[in-house]
Amino acid sequence: MALKLSVNGQVISVDVDPETPLLYVLRNDAAINSAKYGCGLGQCGACAVLLDGEVVLSCSYPVGSVKGNISTLESYESDVTLNALNKAFIAEQAVQCGYCISGMMIRAKQILEKNRHPSVTQIKEGLQGHLCRCGTHTRIIKAIQRAGKEMSA
Amino acid sequence: MINTSDIARRHFLKSGLGLAIGFAWAPELFSQSAVDALPGSLNTNRMLDSWLHIQPDGKVIVFAGKVEFGQGITTALMQIVADELEIEMSRIVMIPTTTGISPNEGVTSGSQSIEYGGLALRYAAADAREILLERAALQMGIAAADLRINNGEITAPTGRNTSYWALANRELFQKQVSTKTAFKKSHTTIGQPIRRVDIPAKVSGGTAYVQDIKMPGMLHARVIRPPAPRAAILKLDAGQVEKMPGVVAVIQNGSFVAVVAQREEQAIQAREVLKKNISWKLAEDLPPSLSSWFRGMKQKSSTDTVIGVKQGSSRARSKVLSAQFTKPFIAHASIGPSCAVALMKDDALTVWTHSQGMYPLRTDLVKTLGLPPEKIICIHKEGSGMYGQSGADDVALDAMLIAKALPNQPIRVQWMRDDEFKWEPYGSAMIVNIDAALDRDGNIVDWKHELWSNTHSTRPGEPTGDNLLASWYLETPFRPSPVKNIPQPAGGSDRNAIPLYVFPNQKVVNHLLEEMPVRVSALRTLGAYANVFAIESMMDDLAKSANQDPAQFRIKHLQDSRAVDVITQVSKMAAWDKTPMSYKKGGKLYGRGLAFAKYKNLSVYVACIADVMVDPKTGKISVTDLYASADGGLAINPDGFKNQIEGGLVQTTSWTLYESVPFNQAGIEVSSWSEYPVLRFADVPNVYVEIIHRENEKSLGVGEGSQGPGCAAIANAVANALGQRIFDLPLTPERVKAALASKT
Repeated sequence: MALKLSVNGQVISVDVDPETPLLYVLRNDAAINSAKYGCGLGQCGACAVLLDGEVVLSCSYPVGSVKGNISTLESYESDVTLNALNKAFIAEQAVQCGYCISGMMIRAKQILEKNRHPSVTQIKEGLQGHLCRCGTHTRIIKAIQRAGKEMSA
Repeated sequence: MINTSDIARRHFLKSGLGLAIGFAWAPELFSQSAVDALPGSLNTNRMLDSWLHIQPDGKVIVFAGKVEFGQGITTALMQIVADELEIEMSRIVMIPTTTGISPNEGVTSGSQSIEYGGLALRYAAADAREILLERAALQMGIAAADLRINNGEITAPTGRNTSYWALANRELFQKQVSTKTAFKKSHTTIGQPIRRVDIPAKVSGGTAYVQDIKMPGMLHARVIRPPAPRAAILKLDAGQVEKMPGVVAVIQNGSFVAVVAQREEQAIQAREVLKKNISWKLAEDLPPSLSSWFRGMKQKSSTDTVIGVKQGSSRARSKVLSAQFTKPFIAHASIGPSCAVALMKDDALTVWTHSQGMYPLRTDLVKTLGLPPEKIICIHKEGSGMYGQSGADDVALDAMLIAKALPNQPIRVQWMRDDEFKWEPYGSAMIVNIDAALDRDGNIVDWKHELWSNTHSTRPGEPTGDNLLASWYLETPFRPSPVKNIPQPAGGSDRNAIPLYVFPNQKVVNHLLEEMPVRVSALRTLGAYANVFAIESMMDDLAKSANQDPAQFRIKHLQDSRAVDVITQVSKMAAWDKTPMSYKKGGKLYGRGLAFAKYKNLSVYVACIADVMVDPKTGKISVTDLYASADGGLAINPDGFKNQIEGGLVQTTSWTLYESVPFNQAGIEVSSWSEYPVLRFADVPNVYVEIIHRENEKSLGVGEGSQGPGCAAIANAVANALGQRIFDLPLTPERVKAALASKT
C-alpha cells in the first residue's frame, strides 16, 4: 500500500504493508540511521523518534498509523534543542558504544522542551524507559543538564 | 594464486577509501621462536610499514588490529601516533581493521589494546620519526639533533626545511621496527583528554555502525535458530514462506535455516511464519536449574591446576573462616543485537563485521566455508557495545553462509532480540571456596582459594575446532575447540584468583570443567569478577573477625605502594574515617563497603567504596554512591580512562544486583528484557572517579578494572547494612530477606 510520510520536513512515498513498524521504513526508505533496532518490543528506547513533537517507539509503531510529522536526530542542525544536545553530548563525552544515545537524545529533547533545568531525578524519570549497557548513564544526565543550561544562556 | 594483499586492496579501493596502500609482508616465520621477542603486538607484526605509511599529501595512514567498540581505543591510538610523530591528529587516517591489510593483533580483549597495540604503534611512530629525521639530516648535511619538527615539517637552524611528506617513500619503512628508539619525554597529545573521534557520528545520526551499512541491492535476512541448544530439524516446510511477499529464498543447511527477503520487515515476517513450519528434535540436555548446576559442579570432570603456592610460616592459627561464593551465568546483553553484511563477488567473500578479532574470525570462517584465507575478507565496522564475545562472530558466519548461496547480492543479517539473548555465549557460572586463618595478632597466616568454572574463552581462531555457532548445526557439523584456560599470569577462570595481598601460606586451585551445557565465552573481566568478589568479601569478614578497620586491614597485607595509594585516595574521597559503616534511619538500613583489586594483577589498580540503602520490607538494595580511585600508569586519554572506570562501576551494579541467565532442561528462558532485567536510570548511583597520574609508569589496560572491586564494595556494603553476608550473586531482594530472616 502506498503511503506518504513526512520525515524531517521531507515527504517520502513508500509502498509497504501499513502494519510495518515505522522503524524499518525510516531506516531503509528514509535514509535514517539514528533510530536503532534494539528489541522490537518497545522495551529499550533505542528506536525513539518524534511524532509531532511527542516520543514514539518506532520499532512497535505501525507506519500506517503515522498521522503527522516525524523528526529524528538527523534534523539536529536545524533544531535548537537537538543542536544543543549534540554539542553537550560531545562536550561531556557522554557516549561509550553510543548505540542507545540517539534514542536518549530524542527523549532528552522532550524533557528539555518541558523544562530547561530538569533535576537529576526528573531526568532519570524521563529516561526510565531507555536502556544503556555501557554504564554511561551519569554522563548522559550531565549532558542533558548542560544542554538545558546552554539553551538558557 | 592471487596474493592476499592484492585481493584485500582491491576490495578496499572499491569500498571508496581510495588510498594507495601496500606494504611489505612480515613473513609469518617471524612469529617462530628463532627470533627475539618484541614488545606488544610488534612481536607478530614486525615491519614498520605494516603499522604506518606516510603519504605525499600530508596524511599519515595508520593500520591497527585493535578495534573500536565504544571504549575509545581509536582515539587513544591516534593520540599515541600523533605524539611520537609530533603531528596533529587531523593528519592521521585510521584504516578499519581488515584481514590481509591490517596487522594481525588477534582479538581486541582483556584490556590489552593500549598495552599491546598502543605500545607497538608507539614504537613504530617513534622509529618512523627518527628515520625521517635522519633522512632530513643527511639531505641537509647537519646533525639530526639540530632539527626541529612541527606537525611533520622539519626545519634546520639555518631556516632550511623539508617535511615528512617530501621525504617519505615506501622503501624507507620496509624494515623491522626498531625498539631502540627512545620515546619522547614531553608529550603533546598523550595525557590529554582529547575528544573521541567516533562520537560526532554517533550523536548526529551518522553511519556509525555495521547496522547502518546500506548497499545497492542489499537483501535482508533473518536466521531461524532452534528453540534450544543442540536441537535438530525433523521437518521443514518452506512452501508457505516462499509464497510470501518479498521472500527471495529460504536457505537450509542441516539445522541452519535462514530466510532472505527484499525488505527487512518481510524477512522478519517470514521468520515468524517459518518458525511455525519447522519441527525440531529437542536435546533437553541442559541442567534443570542454576542451583542444580552448582550442586553438580564439584563432581564434574575437570582439569585441575594449582597456582600461587606459598608455604612460609608455621605461625599458629587463631581463627579460621571458610565460605563459599557463587556467581551465575551473565549475559553480555548488548543493546543492539549482532549484525553483519556479507557479499560474495568474484569468488571472494567479504564480510563487514563488529567482531572483536578480524583474523581469529577469518580462521574459523575458512574452516566452515571451505575457502582459502585469501578468499575471505573480514572488515571491521563498529557495532553496539559487546563487553566480550557476543553474537558478533556468529552473525558474520550466518551472513557468509547466506551470501555464499546468493552471490553478487549484499546480504544483511540482523539478529533479533531473542536470537541474541538465547544464543550469545554467557559469562561462566562459578563457585569459589575460600578458607583463611588469622594468627593471634589479626594477621592472615593461611589462605586457600579453590574455584570451579567453565572456560572463559571459546572465541574463534583456535588451531582445531570451530567456534562459530552455525557451524555446529550444518549438515556436516563442526565441533567446538577443546576447552582450555588462558594461562597465568593473566589467567582465565583463575584471573585475579591469586591475591595481591601478601600471605605467608597460600594456595589457589583452579578446577576447569570440561562439560559445557550452557554456551559460555569471554565476558568482560572473565573470572576476575567472581574471584575479586570472593577475595574481597573474605577480606572484610577477616577484618571484622580481627576487629580491624577494613581499609587498614587491607593496607597492612599489601606490599605494593600503588595499591596502598588507591585505597588511601578513595578513603579520602569518601571520608572513610568519618563515616559509619552501617546505621539505621527511617526504617531503612544503610551500609558502606570497600574493595580493591589490581586487574589481572598486571593492569589498572582500582579501589572502590560503595554506599547502599536497603529496604528491609521489600529487600530492595539501592546503591546510592560509588567512589573509585584508579591508577593506570601513564594515562593516554584521562577522560577515556575515567569513562571506562565509571561505565564499569555502573555495569557491575547491574550485574551484581540483578543479573542471572534463567534456563531449564528444555532451553534458555530469556528472549527479551522482561526476563533479563538490567539497571535502569532510576537505580543508577552517583559515581565519583579520581585518577592517580603516573607519567613515568607504563600505560596499563583500564577497561575491565572496576567491575570486580565495584561488585565487592557493593557486597561488603550490603553485608554491613544487613549485619549478615550474602554469598551468592546477584544480591536479589529474596536473598536480602532470607539473610535478614537468618540473623540470630
